[in-house]
Amino acid sequence: MRYAIIGAGPTGVVAAETLRREDAQAEIVVVGGEPEPAYSRMAIPYLLAGQIEEAGTYLRHSPDHFDALGIKCVRDWVKGVDSNTRRLSLHSGETLAFDRLLVASGSHPVKPPVSGLDQPAIHHCWTLQDARDIAHYAAAGSRVVLMGAGFIGSIIMEALARRQVKLTVIEMGDRMVPRMMDQTAGNLIKRWCIAQGVDVRTSTEIRRVVPDPSGASRYLVQTAQGGEIAADLIVVATGVRPNVEFLAGSGIEIRQGVVVDEYLQSSAVGIYAAGDVCEGFDWNTGKHSVHAIQPVAVETGRLAALNMSGCKVRYQGSLGMNVLDSLGLISTSYGLWQGADGGEAAQLLDEANYRYIKLQFDGRRLVGAITLGFTEHVGVLRGLIQSRIDLGDWKARLTRDPSRVMEAYLATIQ
Amino acid sequence: MMRSLSITPAKCTGCLQCEMACSFEKEGVFNPARSRIKVFLFEHEGRNVPYTCTQCADAWCKNACPTEAIQINAVTGAKEVINSLCVGCKVCTIACPFGTVNYSHATGKVIKCDLCGGDPACAKACPTEAITFIDADWTGYQKMRGWAERTDTQSSAQA
Amino acid sequence: MGWHKKVLRVNLTDGSCTAEALNMQWAAEYLGQRGLATKYLLEEIDPQVDPLSPENKLIFATGPLTGTMASTSGRYSVVTKGALTGAIACSNSGGYFGAELKFAGWDMIIFEGRALSPVYLLIQDDRVELLPADDLWGKSVWETDEILHRRHQDPQLRISAIGQSGEAGVLFACVVNDLHRAAGRSGVGTVMGSKNLKAIAVRGTRGVQVKDPIRFMNAVNEKKRILAENAVTGQGLPTYGTQVLMNVINEVGALPSKNANDVQFDGASRISGEAMHQPRASDGKPNLIANKACFGCTIACGRISKMDQTHFAVVNRPEYWGASGGLEYEAAWALGAATGVDDLEALTFANFVCNEQAFDPITFGSTLGAAMELYGMGLITDADTGGIALNFGSAEALTKMAELVGRGEGFGKVLGLGSKRLCEKYGHPELSMSVKGQEFPAYDPRGIQGMGLTYATSNRGACHLRSYTVASEILGIPEKTDPLATEGKAGLVKAFQDATAAVDSTGLCLFTTFAWSLDDFQPQVDAACDGEWSLERLSEVGERIWNMERQFNLAAGFTGKDDTLPKRLLKDAAKSGPAKGRVNGLEQMLPEYYQLRGWDESGVPTRETLSRLGL
Repeated sequence: MRYAIIGAGPTGVVAAETLRREDAQAEIVVVGGEPEPAYSRMAIPYLLAGQIEEAGTYLRHSPDHFDALGIKCVRDWVKGVDSNTRRLSLHSGETLAFDRLLVASGSHPVKPPVSGLDQPAIHHCWTLQDARDIAHYAAAGSRVVLMGAGFIGSIIMEALARRQVKLTVIEMGDRMVPRMMDQTAGNLIKRWCIAQGVDVRTSTEIRRVVPDPSGASRYLVQTAQGGEIAADLIVVATGVRPNVEFLAGSGIEIRQGVVVDEYLQSSAVGIYAAGDVCEGFDWNTGKHSVHAIQPVAVETGRLAALNMSGCKVRYQGSLGMNVLDSLGLISTSYGLWQGADGGEAAQLLDEANYRYIKLQFDGRRLVGAITLGFTEHVGVLRGLIQSRIDLGDWKARLTRDPSRVMEAYLATIQ
Repeated sequence: MMRSLSITPAKCTGCLQCEMACSFEKEGVFNPARSRIKVFLFEHEGRNVPYTCTQCADAWCKNACPTEAIQINAVTGAKEVINSLCVGCKVCTIACPFGTVNYSHATGKVIKCDLCGGDPACAKACPTEAITFIDADWTGYQKMRGWAERTDTQSSAQA
Repeated sequence: MGWHKKVLRVNLTDGSCTAEALNMQWAAEYLGQRGLATKYLLEEIDPQVDPLSPENKLIFATGPLTGTMASTSGRYSVVTKGALTGAIACSNSGGYFGAELKFAGWDMIIFEGRALSPVYLLIQDDRVELLPADDLWGKSVWETDEILHRRHQDPQLRISAIGQSGEAGVLFACVVNDLHRAAGRSGVGTVMGSKNLKAIAVRGTRGVQVKDPIRFMNAVNEKKRILAENAVTGQGLPTYGTQVLMNVINEVGALPSKNANDVQFDGASRISGEAMHQPRASDGKPNLIANKACFGCTIACGRISKMDQTHFAVVNRPEYWGASGGLEYEAAWALGAATGVDDLEALTFANFVCNEQAFDPITFGSTLGAAMELYGMGLITDADTGGIALNFGSAEALTKMAELVGRGEGFGKVLGLGSKRLCEKYGHPELSMSVKGQEFPAYDPRGIQGMGLTYATSNRGACHLRSYTVASEILGIPEKTDPLATEGKAGLVKAFQDATAAVDSTGLCLFTTFAWSLDDFQPQVDAACDGEWSLERLSEVGERIWNMERQFNLAAGFTGKDDTLPKRLLKDAAKSGPAKGRVNGLEQMLPEYYQLRGWDESGVPTRETLSRLGL
């Protein structure tokens, strides 16, 4: 059996290892275009913050890890997939035959339609090369504009702040992390970041980036609201999209990402998808959606590999979850944090102390949550949501005091 | 035979000796806030429930870790945090559905039970045998593990 | 070490909270908790101040071993000039609050002045804030606990509070932490209420360190083994709690009953520790549902009870149906034997209310017993009580009065004066079973002679916890003495008093002394604290503390004449049991006691004694 995996991120690596565990004889090839050993994008902010070296971002630390497992790593980009002849065509001109294929090509950052972004010292923060470029410009005291205060932008913000740059964050939405946090939490995080010395501007749209005529800084960032912000470095973190372009003409069904069934198989038999590129079932809604987050990346990678190897395992759907450390203020969100149709919410808010917890119920089940300022035992929120446990009279107790989630968990599940 | 912690809440008096023993063993200080085991007090039911990592087979924390900072100790079977590799991203803390991996503000890394290398301090300190360290087959963890399967997004294998 | 060397001073008048260095010289001389806080109080207030004036101070103090892994390390003390007594007050409590305060990095809190309007103190490690408590005023301890946990979104916050009784000026209000652990006696909660201080909420994440961790752990583990292997601390207390004593003390004829008219109570077995284990006729469930340990405690004498939901006191009142702190021996005695009530559920309810509204069940029960006697004499009437008949044995009187005292309403206000003022009010001061204004508890000095001297000389007013000679006279710890003899009791009382003062200053629990002597504390203290702590030094610290407390009281206006007992104990012979025909022989013990103490004939420490102790 010949397995090919497109992508050497966490999904591809976990899938390759799982395949090896399941099938000692199989031929396993991982194709990835980036020059470095398989690494984790999640770790890049910590590299930028100076907490780790580049090697600290590597997914596996033993240099002969893949050799030892008999996993072949091909450093190349995939140009196309032929699902009929079951061959990959590579950028180098080579082709690669497979019996079963996993598309784990991840996603790429997108630039907003703003003029002037194709200039030097304007970077995404996505690859190790991006990190090196940013590090080059982000010296202490330099003026940095960060476009986007979504999840990724907010993580980068922490790293940039640690480099002691003069930081301005521009977000189009009306709050920080709008796709992870509600109005209350997003605004509290913003207030917190401003108090930590970061200039955060929400509901602000960037029109264009022009060279600073005075020469005092490299650029002037002009906003639709009429402001001008001096910048020596601009970091663009305005969203990511699945890497599906190379699948054009392959016959594989694509919407936002590669559409997969409950076994993570695409519309083409024997071709699977996992991680950021995959559009699988949402655990809460049962509808297809893309969840570009680390836990989903590894879970789908592992499950797709199991299915590829013939061990049929049904995927229950991916649960959205995020944890964010914004300059010391830790927030999490889970599942249907915006609430379920016809559901009920309970919350506690202590604005002065940046503490917030909001629970979303559907009947007597927990279906979503947001926390701010909690670090202990937050994982049980996942446990409570994914077990679909009937909370019984703990629903009423949690409605009265949502901070008692751990007790609710122990009382109902243990 | 691998051994694991067995917890019998009915025997727990809520003295928190286990929490102190844990913090002292792992951090050299008597400080329940830094303990890897936590006793939850149900005041209105008169029940105390010690709670820590079951070293579950699914290893949600290990799988979610983007830097290979959680590894399995081949001798004890414990999932251990490798401090030099942990970057403090906290993904494991939200991925573990048992809530037993926690972020430590003091160190900027996560902490979890590692069975003290095979001789857990909590079990030694427990005055009522509410926490014991016994052959894995005998532990009450089967219940929790069973539950892990119910909640599972990872695997529910169809035979 | 053992210390953070940090005191939090909270001036309620101007709202300031300041950190200051712990006086380590005093820590070297007075160890901690009881001794050290009393030294601070003596240095900082005029002992003659009105206890309820802003000039009085209120100190929450941990010991050097509080929050360590030593067994029973959850203790703290509240030290002030007592509202009930006007004497030094030092009330010791367990639960989790004391250790949490230490974990937050504070050894002690000194409250001074008086807040203009109600406040509570929030401590989160270094972060300390006085916050408005107008909305908490009028709430019970239980309600306050729930509100503060919710408000600060932290189930692990530890809260110490007063209830409505302390707000209303009930003179024996206490401070209750962790819902049902109390700094119980002398009206320390009344002082807290007079300062407009409703509660202290604390969360600590800094922990505690000791001088020599390895030596400390070795000592701690060895001493824990001793507790586990001892019959009292390893079996009796875990099984029955302090309530193991009810039947024992009744049999030896030392259970003061119905305002000490009798020394035995025919309902004793029905309110005993054994009874708490028995399934009830009504619902088939026992009163006791679990043991509960305080922080760090390997004994776990605490009782957790659930009431019979059909009992008249709680019908349709689900707020009392949950598990909560059950009867300790002294509470069961006061609420039961002292009032003649043998309804275990009614006692449990009254005890719940004592916790819920934070007042001392010993003084309450004894005062109610005195009121029942006055009612029987026709001096208190239904017009006074609002139509509630205060007959000995009436469970209804007990439960209703508990609720009235809890809220400081109706006849509860009068009972809230304590028995001394109540009996004076009705013209029979001799019917108050108190010394220095505080009621004695569950051991009748006619049947246990040493307890007479204990009560008479206790610095905080009558109390069993200042020299628990019951251990020797009844239980044979450390050696058996004859409870009916007065010989040798002066020395026994002094030895117990000094050792207890030292133990109460460590941060550990006095109940360990059923199994431990000072020899067992010494290596734990020595491994934890700076300097060398020999047995001799510990004993001397105990004696120094006792004499310092005496000095406080003398300066407050007490004299040797106050070292006495209610006339009933000295004149009215025991009617039944082994002590039948006996009174307490205080006059045979007191002069010898003064002499052993190095005090003059009027009970004043001599110059030589003071200088020997460095006072």
